[in-house]
Amino acid sequence: MSSVLYDTPGPRAKQRNVLFSVVFFALLAVLVWFVWKTMDDEGQLEWALWKPFTEEQAWTTYLLPGLSNTLKAAALAMVIALPLGAVFGIARLSDHRWVRGPAATVVEFFRAIPVLLLMLFANEFYDRWTNVTSEQRPFYAVVTGLVLYNASVLAEVVRAGILALPKGQSEAAKAIGLRKGQTMTSILLPQAVTVMLPAIVSQLVVIVKDTALGGVMLQFPELLSERATLAANYANVIPSFIVVAAIFIVVNFILTSFASWLEGRLRRSKRSTGAVLGAEDVEELNAAEVGGTYGTGAGGTI
Amino acid sequence: MFDFLEGYNVLEAFWTTVQLTVLSAVGSLIWGTLLAGMRVSPVPLMRGFGTAYVNIVRNIPLTVIIVFTSLGLADIFGVTLGSRDFDVQGFRLAVLGLIAYTAAFVCEAIRSGINTVPLGQAEAARAIGLSFSQTLRLIILPQAFRSVIGPLANVLIALTKNTTVAAAIGVAEAALLMKEMIENEAQVLLIAAVFAFGFVVLTLPTGLFFGWLSKRLAVKR
Repeated sequence: MSSVLYDTPGPRAKQRNVLFSVVFFALLAVLVWFVWKTMDDEGQLEWALWKPFTEEQAWTTYLLPGLSNTLKAAALAMVIALPLGAVFGIARLSDHRWVRGPAATVVEFFRAIPVLLLMLFANEFYDRWTNVTSEQRPFYAVVTGLVLYNASVLAEVVRAGILALPKGQSEAAKAIGLRKGQTMTSILLPQAVTVMLPAIVSQLVVIVKDTALGGVMLQFPELLSERATLAANYANVIPSFIVVAAIFIVVNFILTSFASWLEGRLRRSKRSTGAVLGAEDVEELNAAEVGGTYGTGAGGTI
Repeated sequence: MFDFLEGYNVLEAFWTTVQLTVLSAVGSLIWGTLLAGMRVSPVPLMRGFGTAYVNIVRNIPLTVIIVFTSLGLADIFGVTLGSRDFDVQGFRLAVLGLIAYTAAFVCEAIRSGINTVPLGQAEAARAIGLSFSQTLRLIILPQAFRSVIGPLANVLIALTKNTTVAAAIGVAEAALLMKEMIENEAQVLLIAAVFAFGFVVLTLPTGLFFGWLSKRLAVKR
């Protein structure tokens, strides 16, 4: 094993690596032992606390409905946010300053605000000015908050996706006499959608993770708040946390793997321009670096 | 017009937000750099640990981690972080959770920075006989840090927004105060605007300053 940073180890380096491995292993072992012992002392390892997860009831009453609410909210938020984001993303690329300016302000504003603030506001808004039932309200509020935030992030994804296409595409469209609207709808957007796909799937991970916020703060019955009900019933705090975290990890891991599979496929494909927006670009867009330095050349990711 | 602010200490809530941000930023920078060092190290066990940590933590919602610090770490494992006072303990646990979560992103940012350092730099360092830790400390990381100021600033801004999750365990920061005010006062829109403005004020200068800094410190090649 060697890398740029170190040579293939010789006898002394091998010895040192073994030493480091042993020390590090010892540290990890101490940590694991501490965790194990505390859990044992607190009775968290008893089979009775873990048994519910092997039976149908815990899943059908708590975990699966919670997971389905999480996924429902995430999917709905994505479906609404995508067209909204496309509109704002295209508006930011407009030739007219009076379209570009306001669109940029709206996008940067919603990107700079924590999604929790948007959820809290939406919840209060529905409470006071609409007749959404109090049962439905958390769901509406969570989806609204997620839509407002993610539409602005997706607007940037769309903008970056269109900018990532080679210049020749819009030049060729101009050369054969297409108007601006035609260039956008029949040349740039269809190609940009493929470029953006991995970024959109990666954004789903962010949305899924953010639904948990609605569970704690607005009592939206998603996976994390269902965990609380489950733990109240079976008194298994640690096991329930481990299981819920594992479910989140599996769901998000599937999404991440799908995104990077798409990214690799698009990068290799000979028919496209090779331009692609990957997961790393999404991380950048979520932070809302105001006045962003964001820019991709043809086929370039940062 | 702003008389609804009376009786609430908005500035103190935002001060808590700033404290959460700064302490978590420093902590996650240290822990994240260590993780990045592990992920590129010659010791397979450390590499494995770094990779596993990043992949696990990045896929768990921050809310789950923060709630766990309170219900799991504090209540079951008895990690009180040196304080029996509920508020202080909640604050420290929130910082711990934020560090654990943000470090994974810091690690990835630094690792991608390490990849931007030209091969020749590391090769030259090895050629003059520097060890792995010398190569990393003296040659690679100083250049890598300068090229990741932009990405790290993004993580910092995301962290500023993420501190609101601490409201989930009752830390008296901006989002929790907003929740209280919005439920009890009539001027919902104005309150939301005040808090939104507060966060824009926190993130806007950060973005501008680090944008300027990353241009200034960029390694000229």
